[in-house]
Amino acid sequence: MIDWVYQALFAPFIDFGFMRRALVGCIALSISATPVGVFLMLRRMSLTGDAIAHAILPGAALGYMVAGLSLGAMTLGGLIAGWVVALLSGGLARITVLKEDANLAVFYLLSLALGVLLVSTQSRNIDLLHLLFGSVLALDNEALILLAGIATITLILLAVFLRPLILECLDPDFLRRHSKVGTTTHLVFLALVVLNLVAGFQALGTLMAVGIMILPATAARFWARQLDQLLLVALGLALLGCWLGLLMSWHLDLPTGPAIILVLGSLHIFSLFAGRDGLLKRWLHPNKHLKS
Amino acid sequence: MTNNPAQALIQFNNLTLGYEMHPAVHHLHGQILTGDLLAVVGPNGGGKSTLLKGLMEEIRPLGGTISWPLGRSQLAYLPQRARLDLDFPLRVADFVSLGHWPRRGAFAAIKSTDKQAVEQALKAVGLTGFGKRSLDSLSGGQLQRVLFARLLLEDAPLILLDEPFAAVDEATTVDLLALIKQWQAEGRTVIAVLHDLHQVRTHFPKCLLLARDVLGMGVTETVLTAENLAKARKMQVLADPLAPICDLDEVEVQG
Repeated sequence: MIDWVYQALFAPFIDFGFMRRALVGCIALSISATPVGVFLMLRRMSLTGDAIAHAILPGAALGYMVAGLSLGAMTLGGLIAGWVVALLSGGLARITVLKEDANLAVFYLLSLALGVLLVSTQSRNIDLLHLLFGSVLALDNEALILLAGIATITLILLAVFLRPLILECLDPDFLRRHSKVGTTTHLVFLALVVLNLVAGFQALGTLMAVGIMILPATAARFWARQLDQLLLVALGLALLGCWLGLLMSWHLDLPTGPAIILVLGSLHIFSLFAGRDGLLKRWLHPNKHLKS
Repeated sequence: MTNNPAQALIQFNNLTLGYEMHPAVHHLHGQILTGDLLAVVGPNGGGKSTLLKGLMEEIRPLGGTISWPLGRSQLAYLPQRARLDLDFPLRVADFVSLGHWPRRGAFAAIKSTDKQAVEQALKAVGLTGFGKRSLDSLSGGQLQRVLFARLLLEDAPLILLDEPFAAVDEATTVDLLALIKQWQAEGRTVIAVLHDLHQVRTHFPKCLLLARDVLGMGVTETVLTAENLAKARKMQVLADPLAPICDLDEVEVQG
């Protein structure tokens, strides 16, 4: 029995270096992307991550066309494309009648169309599948250092900008009365979203990078009622999802990125029913209340 | 009102405030002294909130000036309806500690003495032990007390309150009025937009009656006369789109 548990849950990581690397990469990504996702959700920007993830595609494709399957070139290309779209959306919202979400819709669609066009001109499409669906089982040292570096930058910037980040969402008028740091905060936050999506596409691919950002945050909302608890629970769920996802992918011979995202999605659905603020509690105790 | 300019905190010089050329406050003269407890009353659309926005420099005067003989004062402001995202998962104590912003800013750490100050502020507004509750669990009156606790921590010499008692019960109003009087006793200047004239007569020594034009400013009993209030009721509420350019600029209209 103990041996079976060991074989099922731990052996793949102990016996195989590439599984260990994948786990380390996913841990770095969870530590980094999950808190960003919590703030995306609290700022009602959950879909912004999705849109920017699509926008990254042409940059990464261009990087690929110029330099082949090079980590540096694709990362840089993705960063630039994501940044341009995020800045155009945020900037134009401040000087024209269109709001940020509308601008974002426009530019991510353009960017995505351009990306698909670029990808289709390439005959060797197999390599580009890595771009779309990631290659978490093929993370080399370079990629791990990149993931860890992005996690470090993200945590430091989130810690520094925590107060204005909370206030911009909770009480924007108060922030505006007391400080001019609001716009900077918003731009730094958008930069972090782009950075983490680019980190995520190394491992999970452009389309699923956003999953590891948003799903742990939304699931954690059913358990936690305070920001600090929310951040910790989301991180715990993300780590659990990565671990189980990697195992599922190993044992059932499934693609890793989708496996991780599906596990995270299952955790969300479980939380939706079983969480402290979930549906089951409401169904089981519909009309109960405490003594006055 | 003593006319000692050395004591004046704020001086209104023929001030006109408004939006897109339509005046909301029309030719205001007068001054507010350090330590004044001033109620601003008048009909809806009479320019009360606009005056506060002018003081906060959120809008620029269409004419005239606001001058600060003692230098522009640091001010704390309680909006009429705070645009708060109350679903944000945050504790009451963390929210109140935002009142430390004028000293700690966006980045500096909150010290343990700051946390004690938060506890004291919560105690002062009658919410001892509420620090660990989450924001979304508060009633309307409790939320207003929490906002007052944050104002308390801001420790500003000039405090602007826009209809602070609009949606709170009597017990809360009594407690918060006591707090306002304590602010005045500490030498702070308080300007409050109010609707309850009985409350103004009982608690506010000075009053500004504003119905776009200034109908009176000074000691409350001399301002809130039957005649002035009747005039205020007759104010044309809607801005006249065809109104000609105002030529009052050379004329004194002091109330």
